[in-house]
Amino acid sequence: MLMSQRVGGVRIENLKKQYGQGENAFLALKDVNMQVAPGEVVGLIGPSGSGKSTLLKCLGAIIDPTEGVMKLGDQVIYDQGWKVRDLRALRRDKIGFVFQAPYLIPFLDVVDNVALLPMLAGVPNGQAREKALHLLEALDVAHRAQAMPSQLSGGEQQRVAIARGLVNRPPIILADEPTAPLDSERALAVIRILNDMAREYETAIIVVTHDEKIIPTFKRIYHIRDGITYEEAGQGRPIN
Amino acid sequence: MINLASRDILHSWGKFIFTGMGLGLLIGVTLVMAGVYRGLVSDGKSLLDNSGADVWVVQQDTLGPYAEPSSLNDDVYRGILGIPGVEQATNITYLTMQVRHNDTDVRVMVVGIAPGMAGKTPGWPRFLVAGRHITRSHYEAVADIATGLKLGDKITLRRNQYTVVGLTRRMVSSGGDPMVFIPLKDAQEAQFLKNNEAIWLDRRKTQANPEFNRPNVPGLLDSILTSRTSNLSVNSVLVTLKEGVDPVQVITNIERWKYLTAYGRADMEDILVGKMIATSARQIAMFLIILAVVSAAIVAFIIYTLTMDKIREIAVLKLIGTRNFTIASMIVQQSVVLGIIGFVVGKITSSFSAPYFPKYVLIMPEDSIMGFVAVMIICILASLVAIRMALRVDPAEAVGG
Repeated sequence: MLMSQRVGGVRIENLKKQYGQGENAFLALKDVNMQVAPGEVVGLIGPSGSGKSTLLKCLGAIIDPTEGVMKLGDQVIYDQGWKVRDLRALRRDKIGFVFQAPYLIPFLDVVDNVALLPMLAGVPNGQAREKALHLLEALDVAHRAQAMPSQLSGGEQQRVAIARGLVNRPPIILADEPTAPLDSERALAVIRILNDMAREYETAIIVVTHDEKIIPTFKRIYHIRDGITYEEAGQGRPIN
Repeated sequence: MINLASRDILHSWGKFIFTGMGLGLLIGVTLVMAGVYRGLVSDGKSLLDNSGADVWVVQQDTLGPYAEPSSLNDDVYRGILGIPGVEQATNITYLTMQVRHNDTDVRVMVVGIAPGMAGKTPGWPRFLVAGRHITRSHYEAVADIATGLKLGDKITLRRNQYTVVGLTRRMVSSGGDPMVFIPLKDAQEAQFLKNNEAIWLDRRKTQANPEFNRPNVPGLLDSILTSRTSNLSVNSVLVTLKEGVDPVQVITNIERWKYLTAYGRADMEDILVGKMIATSARQIAMFLIILAVVSAAIVAFIIYTLTMDKIREIAVLKLIGTRNFTIASMIVQQSVVLGIIGFVVGKITSSFSAPYFPKYVLIMPEDSIMGFVAVMIICILASLVAIRMALRVDPAEAVGG
């Protein structure tokens, strides 16, 4: 197993997650170790039932692990039963989510879909919209800022979803099959954007994927099988 | 912070407007039901107001003249006039009947009024909107405009024809039937007047009775026949009091010395509102409760469905850190907006439809305010089910797996 020596980003040590008790107990995560540096994009690959979704939920502070340590940057968010009290604020401020489907709020226009997160964190509306517009410009969808999500193409929606994930500058972004509904060209474009944004915003990005088109682009990949992670070097193929 | 509720409403305004309109029709029916009750009370009170009386004298131990039949001799009023404190005492009859006019039947309350002056003699219509008051002793009538009668129209009451010489308004019985005023003598006759065949048969029966054909009592049969074809009864004596006179004292005197029952204004109101329309009021109250429950169920169902439609968005909102309060507030606000749309539509519908109801529908401003408050409370309570469901949504639903 290769272990990066870089600090910051995300660090997970000996993470376990058990569902149920006694005879019905099922250990979904047996031994998960991961470290993703700020600005790095890593792939998380595994067959169905391997524990990917459970790991994603633990990383996303949606469910509690049973054992182990999780750190986001310098902040310990879980340590052998101890956890951060306000998981909602943690998700809002420290974790960005990008899903297979963009899941934009259909009744908010593009700029407000992105600005909603800083607004929830208490940023005044004007400043939040400014931040959102800045990101939308970087992702080349600023011209659709006033459009409703239903008026956007699939690629545009995914870029808005990425902007939403990044807007609070979280130390980690969890991307769950972000390229699944896209063709090769658009899938690679999304990965390029994620790489660019990771570098620019010093964000650690974990991409859960089965997509053969994008797997060769990762420099590091975590495989998960039967609840155990294995790290390997990826091809790191450049994206044109 | 963005107002999520208003954005969602603006985004799917059609759904909200049409749902609100549907709800509004239900609220409109509820307001009309309340208006029907108020109309009943108002009809009862206007009957008392319009009679112009301070005291109603009726047959002993009856709730007449409106709630029970009451029969008094038409000379009783003379004795009442002699009681201290009484200013005026006048006979009156009430008879509810069906009047044929222009091939349609109109249900009216025929009021027999004693000779006197409008505005002074109790029982007379208080004002006219057209024509003149009754000036002749027979065959003239003043009708409420709700009867549909016009000046110069001829109506038949029993065997006599009456010409409408004046029109008045809001002169109705406690049941909402419009009034037709005719001279007292005609009204007394109309109460018991039979057809010719019936009179003839009655006379034959009386003539054949040996009790009335005694050889040593000449003229007995003629006297009996005369008394049978004339009616000397009235339903009530309306009394007005001199200024500053205590009605209780006058009532006590009438009951003590005349062996009659007398009611003051408050007693009469109690009879009309508390007794006569009590069953109708309970019936309407039941309808109001059912309609309120149905409205609450509909609002709850609509809000629940609207929330169910947004379950994925709610999961995403929770995942990205939206507070439960923000989500609950969004649902309550939408429910309240739905209630406001419904109330506005309901108020407009009820206000415009009220005049077309056959009976008087009175929608009071305080009832509208109370209705609005009730709608708001119902909407807030109805949104609790949807809020409970929304707060139980697992943010993991946004992630899947």
